[in-house]
Amino acid sequence: MPRPTDLPTPTPRSSSDDQVFWDGLAEDRLLLPRCTSCGSVFWHPRPFCPECSCTRIDWFAATGNGTIYSYSVTHKAPGNWGAHAPYVIAYVELDEGPRVMSNIVDADLDMLEVGLEVQAVFHAGADGGAVLRFTPSPG
Amino acid sequence: MTDVHVVGVGMTRFGKHPDADSTDLGAQALLEAVADAGIDPRLIEAAYCGHVFQGMVTGQRVLAQVGLAGLPLTNVENACSSGATAIREASFAVRAGEYDVVVAVGTEHLTSQFRGALTPDPSDPEAAVGATMPSVYAMRARRYMHEFGMTREQLALIPVKNKNNAALNPLAHFRTRITVEDVLESRPVADPLRLHDCSPVTDGAAAVILMSDKAKKRFCDTRAVRLAASTLRSGSVDVEPTSMTFEPLTRLTAQDAYERAGIGPEDVDFCEVHDCFSIAEVLRVEGLGLFGQGEYPAAVQRGEADLGGRLPVNPSGGLLGKGHPLGGTGVAQVVELVRQLRGEAGNRQIEGAKVGLAHCRGGKAVGIEGAACTVQVLTR
Repeated sequence: MPRPTDLPTPTPRSSSDDQVFWDGLAEDRLLLPRCTSCGSVFWHPRPFCPECSCTRIDWFAATGNGTIYSYSVTHKAPGNWGAHAPYVIAYVELDEGPRVMSNIVDADLDMLEVGLEVQAVFHAGADGGAVLRFTPSPG
Repeated sequence: MTDVHVVGVGMTRFGKHPDADSTDLGAQALLEAVADAGIDPRLIEAAYCGHVFQGMVTGQRVLAQVGLAGLPLTNVENACSSGATAIREASFAVRAGEYDVVVAVGTEHLTSQFRGALTPDPSDPEAAVGATMPSVYAMRARRYMHEFGMTREQLALIPVKNKNNAALNPLAHFRTRITVEDVLESRPVADPLRLHDCSPVTDGAAAVILMSDKAKKRFCDTRAVRLAASTLRSGSVDVEPTSMTFEPLTRLTAQDAYERAGIGPEDVDFCEVHDCFSIAEVLRVEGLGLFGQGEYPAAVQRGEADLGGRLPVNPSGGLLGKGHPLGGTGVAQVVELVRQLRGEAGNRQIEGAKVGLAHCRGGKAVGIEGAACTVQVLTR
């Protein structure tokens, strides 16, 4: 089960086409879309392949492991994020290829660096949805 | 087909205007452009108005305020490229032979809409993880530092250059010279970016009068500047965000403009580029092909982008120094190009400039690389 968090966790608007992805998060699983025609693994989840426009998409379970491609410690934010500053925004390059924008949580800010190994964590939203975030890998 | 010429320019002071709205500002800029062209405003046959957050029929309000109600008017929203897109649409109407005299105005009263950082559309997944425009550009800055070895001090030289140029521009939002230490000691916004690395929330408007060959010859021949290219592209689908340190969208839009104008990047004498953040100027001039990839920070350090340098970048002060009233920005860039090319830029004049380039890029939607990008080339 995704664990509770005090970070803002709205469930992004979902269409039926990417419901598989959100349902996966609710079960602590990162499901990624792969094109059955050209084999591209892509982000963000959508019902067609952005490389070749094919609409036959296969969902598979990713490892949830990746490395920090870039990050920023964000000090100022409007709205409900302001109270949580400083917080970390990052692009995480997944082992399966795609780069995903999310937060790095439960991290010592001084140890953050490009290339740091991270793993997926799943946060519960107030309305029962879930959001994908990352935390430094142990060891 | 006729060429298109900019024959009159006008611009309000950029900054905070608590006692005006976007209609007042747009009207002021429009009337100034008419006066600059030295024409009877009743010669204007059509109008185009760029803005982002000013609401329905902003352009019609501007026209009504200056006694031009009734003209065909097109409102244009294209994020930070709205004003530049209005100029492009206006130029098409002239080029097609439909009109001989048109006006493009860009206006924005942003201080009444926003405080602090702009954020992605709430429906985008990026909004759910607290992304702000500064944090997205901060990640690009950190990645660029990682790949090309740019130092934080080198990056600080860009706001220093642009704000020192703005200090020479009586219409700029900021008029105070700053140092590298000022940048490094300003408060952190999204690490590694600090307050001086970010363009301000600005009110302002700008306007340009465009004419065909025929009208230019009849009404205002001597101070006209030719609009040699005005190109637009939208971002293509990003399979993964591959473009953190290079901008294919900027490159493609520039290639269209160079081809249309019959020039290459080596012919550009100076440019105004979309420096919404310090790192953005680096990505833009390299995307435009004006500097090699990874080479701009060292070039800035050598003074090549200064007013007296090999290729001055953002002589007006840019978005960082002059300010960034979204709809007004792209039109104000063209105002600066025209003033420089006419030799009317006062103590920030670039000597002998013949070819100027303006670049805007704005908007973010999930899954695409940038939303709207424009490049305009003006020649004397």
